[in-house]
Amino acid sequence: MTQAVATHEPPRSFIRRYIFSTDHKVIGLQYLFLAMAAVTIGIVLSIYMRLRLAWPTERWPLLAKLFPQAMAGGTISPEFYLSLVTMHGTIMIFFVLTTAPLGGFGNYFLPIQVGAHDMAFPVLNMLSFWVTLAGFLVLLAAFFVSGGAPISGWTAYAPLSAVGEIAGPGLGMGQNLWIVSIALFCIASLLGALNFITTTLNLRTKGMSMTRLPLTVWAWFTTAVLALLAFPVLLAGGILLLLDRVAGTSFFIPEGLIVSDKILPHKGGSPLLWQHLFWFFGHPEVYIAILPGMGITSHVLSTFARKPIFGYRAMVAAIFAIGLLGFLVWGHHMFVSGMSPYSAIAFSLLTLSIGVPSAIKTFNWLATLYKAQIRFTVPMLFALGFVSIFVTGGLSGIILGQTSLDIPMHDTYFVVAHFHLIMGVAAIFGIFAGTYYWFPKMFGRMMNDALGKLHFWLTFIGVYAIFIPMHILGIAGHPRRYAETAGFDFLAPLQPIHVFITIAALITAAAQLLFFFNFFWSIWKGRRAEINPWRATTLEWTIPSPPPHDNFGPQVPVVHHGPYEYSVPGAAEDYILQTAPPTAVKS
Amino acid sequence: MGFALALIIWAITLATVVLFAGRFWWFPEAISEHGPSIDRQFMLTLTIIGIAFVLAQATLGFFILRYRRRGDERASYWHESRRLEILWTTVTAAVFLSLAVLGQRVWAKLHLNAPPPGALQIEVTAQQFVWNIRYPGPDGKFGRTRTELINDVDNPVGLDFTDPAARDDIVTVNQMAIPVNRDIHVILRSKDVIHSFWVPPLRMKQDAVPGLAINIHFKAVKTGQFEIACAELCGLSHHRMRGFLSVLPEPEFEAWLKQRASQ
Repeated sequence: MTQAVATHEPPRSFIRRYIFSTDHKVIGLQYLFLAMAAVTIGIVLSIYMRLRLAWPTERWPLLAKLFPQAMAGGTISPEFYLSLVTMHGTIMIFFVLTTAPLGGFGNYFLPIQVGAHDMAFPVLNMLSFWVTLAGFLVLLAAFFVSGGAPISGWTAYAPLSAVGEIAGPGLGMGQNLWIVSIALFCIASLLGALNFITTTLNLRTKGMSMTRLPLTVWAWFTTAVLALLAFPVLLAGGILLLLDRVAGTSFFIPEGLIVSDKILPHKGGSPLLWQHLFWFFGHPEVYIAILPGMGITSHVLSTFARKPIFGYRAMVAAIFAIGLLGFLVWGHHMFVSGMSPYSAIAFSLLTLSIGVPSAIKTFNWLATLYKAQIRFTVPMLFALGFVSIFVTGGLSGIILGQTSLDIPMHDTYFVVAHFHLIMGVAAIFGIFAGTYYWFPKMFGRMMNDALGKLHFWLTFIGVYAIFIPMHILGIAGHPRRYAETAGFDFLAPLQPIHVFITIAALITAAAQLLFFFNFFWSIWKGRRAEINPWRATTLEWTIPSPPPHDNFGPQVPVVHHGPYEYSVPGAAEDYILQTAPPTAVKS
Repeated sequence: MGFALALIIWAITLATVVLFAGRFWWFPEAISEHGPSIDRQFMLTLTIIGIAFVLAQATLGFFILRYRRRGDERASYWHESRRLEILWTTVTAAVFLSLAVLGQRVWAKLHLNAPPPGALQIEVTAQQFVWNIRYPGPDGKFGRTRTELINDVDNPVGLDFTDPAARDDIVTVNQMAIPVNRDIHVILRSKDVIHSFWVPPLRMKQDAVPGLAINIHFKAVKTGQFEIACAELCGLSHHRMRGFLSVLPEPEFEAWLKQRASQ
């Protein structure tokens, strides 16, 4: 593939260069900073939730200042707790776990790693970011409208989400804003996905065959395919839900509903239809969040193990298998929903099948470490942490994926523990690994090593302290989305576990301040980074830190080697750049 | 650094095993006929994934410890091993799919079989934030209901008393009694949003979906008083949607029903 590359001057005006930029690197950073704002809010909301769960009747006058209306009495009311549940989930899943690894790192590094000077459609790329930001602002607005933020959860099950304010606070304007926000996010993700797919397929530089792509690119590419196929379904579902709410249609509302003593005029809709549409998107979304983390982990493990990634082709095949099977398992969210028990069996078998490619990835990561020469840099610590947490979070899926075991476990804290570990914490560890790894490239400076390591230790131990005991709550039968345990005799003895989890969460959240401080301090004060501080092999490490506007300048990189040529016998160094002349060693 | 990380991973693994094996908090004793089979399948699965968990974390810790950087030695150079990959793919697939198949046994018994003939029929109609329980009465038939007649004060399910079969129906709020050792067939409905009928000791959970009548069946084999919790987010008092299930010896159940009928 040839392409005309000239030396592009960056736009001179500040606004075109940093605000309405079409440069994939600026857009990548915009996504990252958006995700950092979102994750800050998401964590703060979870702290409010944890405080409510540990000490339900306590008054928090200081915390009430952030939400003067919702916390009028100074306490966190049950309805406000449910608003927090909804907003925490929505912000984290869409605006952090989808935005940072794909929109952030994918945008910044996919074009560079394939040897392109930008994304295929730079203007679409810019639009994609601004539509995402609009979606985020619309979502936050839900806190400030009459009735507050919706209480229907990030899953927004109809009819609770469909019938309006009569079903509960926040289900009026707050719910409308939630739907509009998600619809905007869907549109933005479609634009982004098109860009990722086209760029990967069409803009690879000379010699960059598909089998020489770094596993990060394979992960982003597959994720983009998932996004392209999954988000339209959620968009359609969201539009139908909005119509049920504002135009009197009945897609999800059956006949004869009585809410707050009022008979509703709707007829003919199906609440299960919403669940099918939602989870047809929602399950691939889990993989949209975690696949980039798998890619980054593979990449970082190989770099700091100083070894080729074990089983490159098996890794690519596993990414694809996970992507494909990811579309066939949505029904495991619906075993007890009233769906046909026969289809539940099919979904269960498919769900446990998806454990196989996941296990293959774990084995290959371990095999990559075998006979390695491990350098314990901060990104490597987070990548190793990713492997540990991925195993822990993934294995409990073997319980939840079985129809009969899902009967007691469904909608309990066991599920909350499972998905937080596998799609929340593991994905966040992937994001941290990526941040510490690529920070020198993005900002031309190194992050502080000691602070980074302290951040890792506290976070790694902290997340286990939060989420392992949460499984026990679920085994004891504790339903999720309960504002307190006081209402049930069988829940009251579990209260000490809630207190323990809350304390662990407070410490872990505080530890994130180390990260934020390190990040911003290092942008200005960090030690200057060389072009290739990690002695890594892929294309981003052949260009200056930070890279110039058009990445490679007039020189088109020519690729001669696979992405993970570490410790090649006979080579001068223990790594071979992808662009090194073929004579360096035969690959 | 490698030493510390290996130790921490092993310590976390050990603490996790202790927490799960110690059963300081655990599920309540099962009171349904199918409950012990669910528990056995749970323990079998937990044991297998527990072994996988310990092996994976122990190996990760060991490799971190054993293969930490030593001077300027080079790592070994190898890309793949077809034999190893085929081996662990086959083993994993066999274990996971066997578990999936085993996990269907209780499911099939509960959900693929119709409720046994002669099972006691009980209708449970959920609403924000109450469980309405209806028994068919002496005639064994549920009477007609009409949405327009629903009235939370004295007719929560909207019984149509022009239908003779409706006149002897017995309706209670949040109080459900069942006879021990007898098949129970519950018809789940909802008036407003989705709820979920969840009785932990019964090992039974099923959503109540408006517009659908969902049939479940079970048999309680131990007597006692238990709580019915709502397991699907249904609004602001979701966490207070509490009902009571009494599993009674047959004569006591009959007496309870009679007493309710006279009210």
